[in-house]
Amino acid sequence: MNIKDNIKTIIIEKSLKLDCGKTINNFPLAYETYGSLNKKKDNAILVCHALTGDQFVTGLNPVTKKDGWWSYAVGPSKSIDTNKYFVICANVIGGCMGSFGPSHINPETKNIYGTDFPIITINDIVNAQVNLLDHFGIKKLFSVVGGSMGGMQVLQFVSNFPERAKTAVPIACTSSHSAQNIAFNELGRQAITADHNWSEGKYSSKNKVPEKGLAVARMAAHITYLSKKGLQEKFGRKLQQRDDLKFGFDADFQIESYLRYQGSVFVDRFDANSYLYITRAMDYFDLVKQFNGNLSNAFRNSKTKFFVISFTSDWLYPTQENKDIVIALNAIGANVGFVEIESDKGHDSFLLDVPDFLETLKNFLDKSYLEK
Amino acid sequence: MKPEYKLISDMIETNSRVLDVGCDDGTLMEFLKQNKNVDIRGIEISKEKVQTCISKGLTVIEGNAEFDLKQFPNKSFDYVVLGQTLQAFVNPELVINELLRVGKKAIVTIPNFGHWKVRLNLMIKGTMPVTKTLPNEWYNTPNIHMCTIKDFFKFSETIDFKIFKSLALINKNVSNINNSNLFTKNLFSELGIFLIEK
Repeated sequence: MNIKDNIKTIIIEKSLKLDCGKTINNFPLAYETYGSLNKKKDNAILVCHALTGDQFVTGLNPVTKKDGWWSYAVGPSKSIDTNKYFVICANVIGGCMGSFGPSHINPETKNIYGTDFPIITINDIVNAQVNLLDHFGIKKLFSVVGGSMGGMQVLQFVSNFPERAKTAVPIACTSSHSAQNIAFNELGRQAITADHNWSEGKYSSKNKVPEKGLAVARMAAHITYLSKKGLQEKFGRKLQQRDDLKFGFDADFQIESYLRYQGSVFVDRFDANSYLYITRAMDYFDLVKQFNGNLSNAFRNSKTKFFVISFTSDWLYPTQENKDIVIALNAIGANVGFVEIESDKGHDSFLLDVPDFLETLKNFLDKSYLEK
Repeated sequence: MKPEYKLISDMIETNSRVLDVGCDDGTLMEFLKQNKNVDIRGIEISKEKVQTCISKGLTVIEGNAEFDLKQFPNKSFDYVVLGQTLQAFVNPELVINELLRVGKKAIVTIPNFGHWKVRLNLMIKGTMPVTKTLPNEWYNTPNIHMCTIKDFFKFSETIDFKIFKSLALINKNVSNINNSNLFTKNLFSELGIFLIEK
């Protein structure tokens, strides 16, 4: 039996009009939950995953057999305490862990969608996810939390459903994808589509995988998730299992070997077309433009209590972009807290063991849960 | 808890909206929340202290009053509190104007550089005063714009704001300051507490 058959899925019958103009219905949304929903149904936290994440937030990921992507933050007695809260996470549409995505079969052609899959946006992702709340009968989340692309979903969620979250924690994110970030995503997409195996997106019908292209995309992206200082401290110019340079193009340096490894393990767990679609969704994200240049208007109807978190060494979603969200919220007198956490670990800080971050997130959630 | 917190609290009406600029570890915020049931926000420059405030369930943003007050709309708070930090800003005039733009009223406290011990210290020793309330040396003090209570009165005329209430703190005793007792209050007060409005 395929391990993916065990993935929890709801079929969303209701039709969803996508931003690209197409309408989808009867589509699968894969999810996972942790902890239990209380009687009042007021202890639910929706966790939104980032570009290459999935619904398996914590514990053992049954598909990859590795720890969930947010194991540091989510679990019993952790920042998002599953003894207290009911954690829900959905695989984003366009993804490759069970939700409706480009690797699914197109009923019209009986082939996989590939690039025939409709372009999706963060708005579409969030509009698909909200069906899970209805599925569990949750009127109002205690919190919606996410980092990076997950943070964009948090912002979009509160904007689309101002009454459905008591608190919101956008972490290391932005309200409008920057030129630099679009550039990095384009680099990744170009690497994938330049791989001959990609075959205009029809690689799986040819039993091929654009491994090289996807690995290069991952390697380039991975660099952007770290910081110069972090890289220097971890790797410096250390050599990889050799005493001297080999005067060739093999991986002489540990950093090269590390990146190659990151690329190769990524290919095993991620679909190349999903990578194209999800990076596109990030690039199209511009909540400022959606509200005609005034981000405050995105949140004007909401009483949600926000807590924005950024990291000192994050140059992909730098503090200023996070602060812009805070400024927009303060401009309408919204309830917003903000802190920039000191860390050398770059954008990835939110996924790693950064005690100040983990503790502050826990304190915010636990204190806010006690408030009426 | 600092002795002036009770005095600040007495100046604030219940159920009002308050911004504490330089809220430190949130002690005053908690006190005002309990005592006056205010809707209160804080702004604090130190990351550690912001994290402490968050752990107390307070809504605080990390920021610097000189740059970050501009995000708040005009008169979006009933009171803006600035406790003992006016002297640390590069541009106190800008800060006062910002406080009074964002708040309908502002409460400002200043350590009084006109206190007799400070004056005596300078006169006798001939070096920059180091006292209990001003423990730093001239080269490492954050207080780059020290002023006296009298200076603050003059300041109100120069940059045109009204002082509604001014209190002197002398050995934990509170008294009113007015034009007729200004000379003595300026000599004996450790701290001046002012309720001001544009």
